[in-house]
Amino acid sequence: MAAAAKKKTAKSASATLHDIVIIGAGPSGLSAAVRASEQGLNYVLLEAEQAPANTVRNYQRGKLVMSEPRGLPLRSALPFTASSRESVLQTWEQTMAEHQVNVRYGAKALGIQKVATGLMVELDDGTSLHTKNAVLAMGVQGSLRKLEIPGGDLPQIQYQLDDPDAYKNETIVVIGGGDSGVENAIALSARNQVIILNRADDFSNCKETNLSQLTEAKKRGVLDWLLETKPQSIEANSSGDFPITVFANTPNGVERIPCHRVIARLGALSPRPLLESFGVGFSTPDLYALPQLSSHYESSIPGLYVIGALAGYPLIKQGINQGYEVIEHILGNPVEPADSALLREKFASFCTDRGIDDVLEKIRKSVPLLAMLSSLQLRELVLESNILLPQAGDVIFKRNDYSTTFFFIVEGELDILIDDDDLPDGHLKAGEFFGELALVSGRRRAGTVRTTQACVLIETPRRVMLKLVDSVQSMRRILNEVAIKTIIHLCIGLSLSEKDLNDVANNATLKTYAAGEELFHEGDEADGLYLIQSGSVTVSHTIGGRDVVLFYVAAGHYVGEMSLVSGEPRYATVRAAIATEAVFIEAGRMRDIIARNPEIRGELDARYLQHLQDQEKRQQLEMAFESNQVAVGQPSPSNLISFLIQQGVGEATDVLLIDESLCVRCNHCEQACADTHGGATRLDRDAGPIFANIRVPTSCRHCEHPHCMKDCPPDAIHRAPHGEVYIDDSCIGCGNCQANCPYDVIQMSEIHEQKEPSIVQMLLGIKPKSVPVGNGAKVAVKCDMCKDISGGPVCVRACPVGAALRVKPEELLNYAGGTGNDANLINDDAD
Amino acid sequence: MQHSNFFDYKKYRYFKVAVVMILLAFAAFLLFEPAVGHYGGSWVGYALGTISAGLVFWMAWYGIRKRRYRSSGTTQAWLSAHIYLGTALTFIATFHSGFNYGLNIHTVTYGLLMIVVISGFFGNYAYMIYPRLMTENMGEDNLDGLLLRIAEADKMARQIALMMPDDINNTVTRACRETSIGIGLLEQLRGFQPDCPTAMAVQELTALGHDLPVEQRKLYRDLYSLMVRRESLVKRARQDLMYRARMGFWLYFHVPFAIALIMAMIAHVLAVFFYW
Ligand SMILES: Cc1cc2nc3c(=O)[nH]c(=O)nc-3n(C[C@H](O)[C@H](O)[C@H](O)COP(=O)(O)OP(=O)(O)OC[C@H]3O[C@@H](n4cnc5c(N)ncnc54)[C@H](O)[C@@H]3O)c2cc1C
Ligand code: HEM
Ligand code: SF4
Ligand code: SF4
Repeated sequence: MAAAAKKKTAKSASATLHDIVIIGAGPSGLSAAVRASEQGLNYVLLEAEQAPANTVRNYQRGKLVMSEPRGLPLRSALPFTASSRESVLQTWEQTMAEHQVNVRYGAKALGIQKVATGLMVELDDGTSLHTKNAVLAMGVQGSLRKLEIPGGDLPQIQYQLDDPDAYKNETIVVIGGGDSGVENAIALSARNQVIILNRADDFSNCKETNLSQLTEAKKRGVLDWLLETKPQSIEANSSGDFPITVFANTPNGVERIPCHRVIARLGALSPRPLLESFGVGFSTPDLYALPQLSSHYESSIPGLYVIGALAGYPLIKQGINQGYEVIEHILGNPVEPADSALLREKFASFCTDRGIDDVLEKIRKSVPLLAMLSSLQLRELVLESNILLPQAGDVIFKRNDYSTTFFFIVEGELDILIDDDDLPDGHLKAGEFFGELALVSGRRRAGTVRTTQACVLIETPRRVMLKLVDSVQSMRRILNEVAIKTIIHLCIGLSLSEKDLNDVANNATLKTYAAGEELFHEGDEADGLYLIQSGSVTVSHTIGGRDVVLFYVAAGHYVGEMSLVSGEPRYATVRAAIATEAVFIEAGRMRDIIARNPEIRGELDARYLQHLQDQEKRQQLEMAFESNQVAVGQPSPSNLISFLIQQGVGEATDVLLIDESLCVRCNHCEQACADTHGGATRLDRDAGPIFANIRVPTSCRHCEHPHCMKDCPPDAIHRAPHGEVYIDDSCIGCGNCQANCPYDVIQMSEIHEQKEPSIVQMLLGIKPKSVPVGNGAKVAVKCDMCKDISGGPVCVRACPVGAALRVKPEELLNYAGGTGNDANLINDDAD
Repeated sequence: MQHSNFFDYKKYRYFKVAVVMILLAFAAFLLFEPAVGHYGGSWVGYALGTISAGLVFWMAWYGIRKRRYRSSGTTQAWLSAHIYLGTALTFIATFHSGFNYGLNIHTVTYGLLMIVVISGFFGNYAYMIYPRLMTENMGEDNLDGLLLRIAEADKMARQIALMMPDDINNTVTRACRETSIGIGLLEQLRGFQPDCPTAMAVQELTALGHDLPVEQRKLYRDLYSLMVRRESLVKRARQDLMYRARMGFWLYFHVPFAIALIMAMIAHVLAVFFYW
């Protein structure tokens, strides 16, 4: 009945021509609708669900919604300040009522057609709406992958789990063996019987902790799983205890599983195909590229606008502002984007006499790479970047710094210094850029860059650059070419002539390897030289029938020169330790260059001899271990290297290890961390795998390409010059980083002000009071390597027995192989 | 694995310092012998005594220093210095005493120092051997994890036992209720419970299983393996507690006696100045 009534109104509505149809009642869409109401437009707001703002509605109960970026003014009649999820939703609903927002719930937009008089928006009930303009504000959460099997639309099937405690004593089938499915299953198993259907033959994609909890739950008998199993269909039962039955396709045939509920966690879909089906254009084939938009959020289809999370703006405030701006623009009112105030601030010391658009134009004209961007993209880039105005002789970054930002030169000239002498090895001028290598490898800076005159530079975070590289094809091509050239220059060619360099670079190929994949195998014919651009590799050799890891080679170095010099087949197998990119130069071309450049020949020869020596040493050591293993009772160094690489040391810049044969379990490491970091320890000494008495505790590895940074809406995660990955106070507590870190080292916690106890308090054993900082919201916390504490990491310094130590991967081999001296123990005095 | 612990810290830096200190003190002791023989009130005696007193305070400061996490330097360096200079202190204080012992506050002070030092040596020994043993016993597990697993085994065992004959049920319930992992310090130091109810239950179960009806056989086997698992878990937990206790109990001497030592030392100094 209700459906029929709805259909009727929809039909009649389709006869009228709307000014605007707004699709999606999240913060962005709501803001647009409220503004459209204020302006008396003929509009309709469509919402697929039965209530507004479903992304926010799906936050966990009581979550504090934060209003980042702090400096950005809010300009919309839709109010928004940091407060609890409930009160945010309540204010929005109230505002909707006050403005009598014309919303239609349960109306899902499926398609958009261009017609002569405007656009036709097609709804899931088969009707269409005719409109002059449409605003897409559907967010990115709605595109969860759905079950496309018979019965996949039954009401007992859900794609999200807000509150696991809402169900008890049910039999629940969870479909999906990824982390989110497994986490849901574990949470539900506290009060229910759970069965997981996993398409794969194991749960190897899951985090370690999830895995152990999973087996634990299975042992308790509250959870079970079926592997290599896909759901085939779901049927509703008319009688009996179980409302539905899942038919699952297992390796042993079809199995019937009667149950109360199905939770399908099949991952999210990229919104791109949907947008493409609307006709929205993209400039690269990348699945995660952002749509092409004008500076007023208009897509390649005139009259069709994209705002909010869907347009690539991940925060609520940005979406709300865009909702307002887009309506004003459609009305033909000139709007200055809300972020103009921020831009003006950026330009405070640069070209103050000109308007913002003028300055942006000037930047675009001076830097060809930036001319490839749309004006919206350029604006975004500048907003996220710093404008630097260094004087002559200033150092922009130093060799071996860990910074990963990218620089555009708007004005001025700079020198590059790669080796130790103070003579420039390269030169940069206005319109060029630098820092492209750190962009790909995440390693230390390969050289120092110093100005020779006053300059104007734009310093852009890596994350922003990567987003652009994904979306702008031409930019990606140029950066790739330059990065290849730089790595060749660095690895082999400081003395190479410009012509030779270009020649090699043009013929080099970029190869990518997944973790564990082989670059080449022992005994292979030598095909060429591999320059490791990003990631790292292990070099192993068969000793006594066993594959023994001899070395670990990090980005910025090369492998494969031994056979090239000796002409013999490959002596060792080289494998990617983590996802790795290598620039490959063919043997023939390499020999050619060597013949013409005696210096390079000399260098390669020297490396070859050095390698030969190291190899011999390692092999002796390995054999000694091999023959004494029982007597010594110690696993060999190579096994330890393999173990550490498995623990993510290969992608780390710094790892905390605990020597369990020294550790007296006093917990001072954790206590010291907690006392100096707002009351919550960022390491878990007790948890983490052990091998040969070495524990890798749960503590941040400071990854080269931190997984945690990938998806942080306020961009609160950064890397300091010495490699420390840290979270600043703009964290909104969304939990994305926690989910993204494969090593489980991020927790959500309140931050407390922690005072150092006075001596009297210490003698009497009194703990000073700790007061919550700020609003007491839970935010993400993790190890910051004590970057703000002079003297270095307190965990290491607080350990009375020297059991806690930090190693860098470059020192890993020395340390694990026992060939080096002290590993990188943080030492007080300067020797 | 090679890296420095608190013995060989910085290639035995503080060991070397300690040796030099002892040699200097010994030389002073030999070279300047007062006419009346060695005693604390001589010129050399005062010097050695002052150094000793300073060292005692400095040694005790370690307890504060190791909890001041914001201070610079490493605790490891401090501990290394603590053990070597503490040993040197023993020699210096002995030279200071000039081997004059009797029934007085001075000798009490000296005795307390010896207790502190000897307990310190035991501490060194404990720190050297127990960490490795603890790791061998626990592997990647931790005590909380073991206790959780014991509790889980209990729950399941009790559930199964309910379906079994009374004698089996009683044995299992008693084992779950009466097994103690180690509450008192003595119990922990000992590391086992005499007549551990879990171990006994496993033995009893072996006998009780004989004349069960066929349909209970499978349950019985489950129960049996659960109890065997429980026994080994309990053993490991006790071992862990034992190592912990043995690694830490000497501090119950070291610290209180260190405090007593400081009190006695102050009394000793006052006595010297006021009543000599
Ligand atoms: C756990 C979590 C915590 C977060 N915390 C914060 C925070 O504290 N502060 C902050 O600023 N940001 C936060 N964010 C980000 C923020 O939620 C999003 O940026 C914001 O919700 C995006 O708004 P939007 O209007 O673009 O889209 P959404 O809020 O996603 O709204 C889209 C709406 O469109 C509807 N819809 C989807 N498809 C259709 C269709 N085809 N037809 C009709 N309707 C449709 C949906 O049901 C939904 O109601 C967080 C995100 C997450 C996941
Ligand atoms: C006057 C002599 C000494 C005094 C006053 C003294 C005092 C202390 C104090 C206060 C602590 C800190 C305990 C704690 O807070 O946990 C300590 C710890 C310790 N002491 Fe001594 N000590 C003395 C001599 C020695 C000697 C001679 C040795 C060894 C040879 C020694 C070995 C240790 C050890 C191993 C620790 C434990 C370190 C730790 O766990 O942090 N001490 N001592
Ligand atoms: S938090 Fe996790 S992902 Fe981020 S740097 Fe540390 S270990 Fe890597
Ligand atoms: S401070 Fe050192 S000895 Fe104490 S628990 Fe930590 S690693 Fe072990």
